[in-house]
Amino acid sequence: MSDSTCPSEPLAEDASVNGLDAIDRAIVLATQAGLPLVPDPWGAVGRPLGLAGDEVRARMQRMIDSGVIRRIAAVPNHYRLGYVANGMSVWDVDDARIDRLGREVAAVPGVSHCYRRPRHLPDWPYNLFVMLHGHTRDEVERQAEALRERLGDACRDHRILYSTRILKKTGLRLARRPGPPR
Amino acid sequence: MAELDALDRRLIDAFQRDLPLCPRPFAAMAERLGVSEAQVVQRLQALQRCEVLSRVGPVFDHARAGASLLAAVSVPEAERDAVAAAINRSPGVNHNYAREHRYNLWFVMTAADEVQLEARLEALEEELGRPLLRLPMVEGYHIDLGFPIPWAELEAP
Repeated sequence: MSDSTCPSEPLAEDASVNGLDAIDRAIVLATQAGLPLVPDPWGAVGRPLGLAGDEVRARMQRMIDSGVIRRIAAVPNHYRLGYVANGMSVWDVDDARIDRLGREVAAVPGVSHCYRRPRHLPDWPYNLFVMLHGHTRDEVERQAEALRERLGDACRDHRILYSTRILKKTGLRLARRPGPPR
Repeated sequence: MAELDALDRRLIDAFQRDLPLCPRPFAAMAERLGVSEAQVVQRLQALQRCEVLSRVGPVFDHARAGASLLAAVSVPEAERDAVAAAINRSPGVNHNYAREHRYNLWFVMTAADEVQLEARLEALEEELGRPLLRLPMVEGYHIDLGFPIPWAELEAP
């Protein structure tokens, strides 16, 4: 999904992918860059698709229930709010303890995402990915230090990979705004 | 940082988590905040125009809405921008960040399903002539409920 960049590979009309039919996917495409800011946004989304606003809402509710939509929300741009230091911290954590520790780490302030991913040895030993956000690199370093303490001897090594540049953040949004400050 | 007044902050704080899925969502927000629907719509438009809000709308779980994967590639600095442009042109790529590491380009590849995802990754690998580090999510520990914004701290000197 989220294939706004690839109109050349349409799916068969009747194909249901992960429980989404063609109409659901059209709603995903029509809303992924944001809702129209008008009093009846569902009607505005539905009109070009030939759907009533109530039908759009009912389908979005089903996508919420199935977990396809996490939430409907005002999504802040953290760069514009001063969170200019964005560090992807990666950790080599004992496999036997990672699930418990991952859940603990996810609850730490400053952490926006926390995922387990596979190692690729010897090149890539890290299996826990924790996104940290701060106003400065110092603040991110302090957050990482707090995580290091919490992980204790379950963690063999870690790194913080700062982003130096956003090269793309969805085609639709890229077209609407220049990148955030470097 | 952008100039925001108390109403802007309340809007952002209250609706980072849940915008009501009711027929007139902005009217429902307005009622909660004690202002008019028109005011809420205008504020949201202004916050979006000055880029304090990226958007107002659904946040999709890409893993459930289709297939997606975090990938990284290591390229010489001199070639980085050209390789990044090739990645960005590739169908399904929706984020691409330069990061400070030997693996210096990090992007998210998306597709309708796992088969299409793997085909896209293989096509890109062939085009770039470089192996991709494939890092699918094995477990998510965070439910991404938004991000509490410490307004007072942001304004501290």
